[in-house]
Amino acid sequence: MVGMKKRNTYLWLIVFLLPNFLGFILFIGFPIISSFGLSFTQWDLLGSISFVGFDNYIRMVQDEEFWRAFRNTFLFIFGYLPLVMVFGLACALLLNKQMKLRAFFRASYFLPVITSWVAVSLVWKWLYNPNYGLINYFLSLIGIDGPQWLHDPSTAMIGIILASAWKDIGFVMVLFLGGLQNISPSYYEAGSIDGASKFRMLWSITIPLLGPTTFFVTVISLINSFQVFDQVMIMTEGGPSGSTTVMVQNIYNYAFRYYEMGYASAMSWALFIVIFFFTWLQIKFQDKGAN
Amino acid sequence: MLKRKLAFFMMLGLLVIAMVGCSSAETEQGQEQETENSDNEQEEVNEEAGNEEVEINYYSFSASPNYEEELDQIIEAFEEKYPHITVKKELAAYDDYFTKLQTQIAGGNAPDVFELNYENFVQYASRGTLADLTDYIEEDEEFDPSQLNQQAFEAYQYDGKQYGMVESFSNVLTFYNKDLFDEAGLDYPTAEWTWEDELEAAQQLTNPDENVWGTYAPTTMNEFYKIAAQNGGKIFNDDGSVAINSEENLEALTYMVEKVTNHGVTPSPADMSGQSPEDLFLNGQLAVLHTGIWMFGAFADAPFEWDVALEAGNTQKAHHFFANGLAVSADTEKQEAAYKFASFMSASQEVAEIRINSSWELPAISDQSVLGPYLEQTPPENREAVFEALDTLVMPPVIAEWSRISDATNEEFEKALYEEQSPEETLNRLESEYNDILN
Repeated sequence: MVGMKKRNTYLWLIVFLLPNFLGFILFIGFPIISSFGLSFTQWDLLGSISFVGFDNYIRMVQDEEFWRAFRNTFLFIFGYLPLVMVFGLACALLLNKQMKLRAFFRASYFLPVITSWVAVSLVWKWLYNPNYGLINYFLSLIGIDGPQWLHDPSTAMIGIILASAWKDIGFVMVLFLGGLQNISPSYYEAGSIDGASKFRMLWSITIPLLGPTTFFVTVISLINSFQVFDQVMIMTEGGPSGSTTVMVQNIYNYAFRYYEMGYASAMSWALFIVIFFFTWLQIKFQDKGAN
Repeated sequence: MLKRKLAFFMMLGLLVIAMVGCSSAETEQGQEQETENSDNEQEEVNEEAGNEEVEINYYSFSASPNYEEELDQIIEAFEEKYPHITVKKELAAYDDYFTKLQTQIAGGNAPDVFELNYENFVQYASRGTLADLTDYIEEDEEFDPSQLNQQAFEAYQYDGKQYGMVESFSNVLTFYNKDLFDEAGLDYPTAEWTWEDELEAAQQLTNPDENVWGTYAPTTMNEFYKIAAQNGGKIFNDDGSVAINSEENLEALTYMVEKVTNHGVTPSPADMSGQSPEDLFLNGQLAVLHTGIWMFGAFADAPFEWDVALEAGNTQKAHHFFANGLAVSADTEKQEAAYKFASFMSASQEVAEIRINSSWELPAISDQSVLGPYLEQTPPENREAVFEALDTLVMPPVIAEWSRISDATNEEFEKALYEEQSPEETLNRLESEYNDILN
């Protein structure tokens, strides 16, 4: 009887998982494998596929454009990651307190997260407009001659970073809020009895106990920021003069503008390896930290 | 995210290939049986082709977004003439068009008949994706190549065979705001204008306080190959070797860049900040604009007087020439119906009239009497310039790596505009980049 029931449960499990699993195999699993295969070929979609061995990978190592996209991606991450982490945590701490309109503020910070990147990018493009944009207008009110933002190679990436951070702070905030609520109030009670300052409590209680959340947020944000694309594509298309061409933008160009599917697949796998490596590094680091 | 998208398309492509593979095997079998059954197969096939209802897919970029209604009229006229053929249209904006087309072809799901501009034509023809139309043209009693502008017709030949039917052409002219010229007390541009004349006029027309600039042309590869030609320069030699780093080209690039950096008569990318030059012109902020004749319609209601003139040259004249044509997929079983539509779009009187009445580019037909009404419409008054420009046209270089070459060039040009490098350094760098790309 018990065995029957168990089998039944498994049967239902499979039935319910099947649509998702099929979708995964069909649209993710299979393409991943075929892109791996394609990365050893040359294919322009129109002609025939020819096997070229490791040529694409060798070319990539020597390709200045690839390394520039690589550098630009890291530049983005170095600007973006600290910003969202610090401000996401700050917002979480502020909105964790009892206050009026707390739900309203929480919702407002989260609103950009659920807005589509297309809409957000277009709005930011207008904000950044050097002649008519609000940002330079406000700067001019306090006597600052604003930069050209997205039209200047030296500031374009800063523009992308700020817009990206603005959009994602709400997401990080929500994750930290969850983490904060898991911290038992008794720690703070003990702290205040011992006469610890607010800052001391933040440093010695909140931040250490947020460890697992921080780890999770870092991993997720890092993986996402390696794949930064939408906002770049809409706001600058990788320009001006290549200063914001990130890895995925580069892959897109080779796949859908130059129709070099083999090379684009090879670069996709390089991106995968980079992400995999950094995630693995973090897990290692986390394990050591926990011990 | 993109990896997934990319992979998705490949997956989709493979799926479609698999499916088409199965279905075409079936039809082959079917046909074999038919052959066995009929004693006089040739006749039967012909008879079938005449009566059988056919639906063909037509994929277009030039009708999107402004000329969808005109395309509907054309399809209606076509279906009236060939009642057994139904045309299903599919539109995409130029920027997305080729990505979709390429994926469809790769997936074995190509539209039966589709538009190709001249720049992309050779790439598709050389990969064997297009049907050879030479025999259809020979058999066609209604169509004779002499009905078309020969230069435009021959542009769609590859390896001595006709792989496409030219439908329309367009070019780029000097558009100018007469009111701004009057205010500045300047003579209007003439056919004899040189770079120097244009620069001089532009300097007097520029008014930074009012955000008015003297002249605009993009600093891109598409503009550069023409400006270079106006100075006797070229991008590639006839044998295909790189010819970018020449004295003539340096002069041309210097002229283009200095209009922005030194003279300030052309707005920089930052000045433009996302606005289109056409909007600036309509706004009265550009005295001279180099743009295509496809803007005639959009500028018709401009709140000021404007006209067109031939482009200024330096040592010689040179004008852009853009052609659009229709090609038939090599894989489709409906080649004959598809060819009929292509030739209808290309040479029929009805289509020519619809195009002319709506200023939807110029039909490539040679019959001047049909073109008469086009010349009578104003503005601009100087419409003859459209045809005069054809005497000095320069074709875009046709190479498979064109988008990569263009992107690399535009990027280096941007650096020159931001004064990160001199025009001389720019051409030096481009020379080695081209050689890298072409190996």
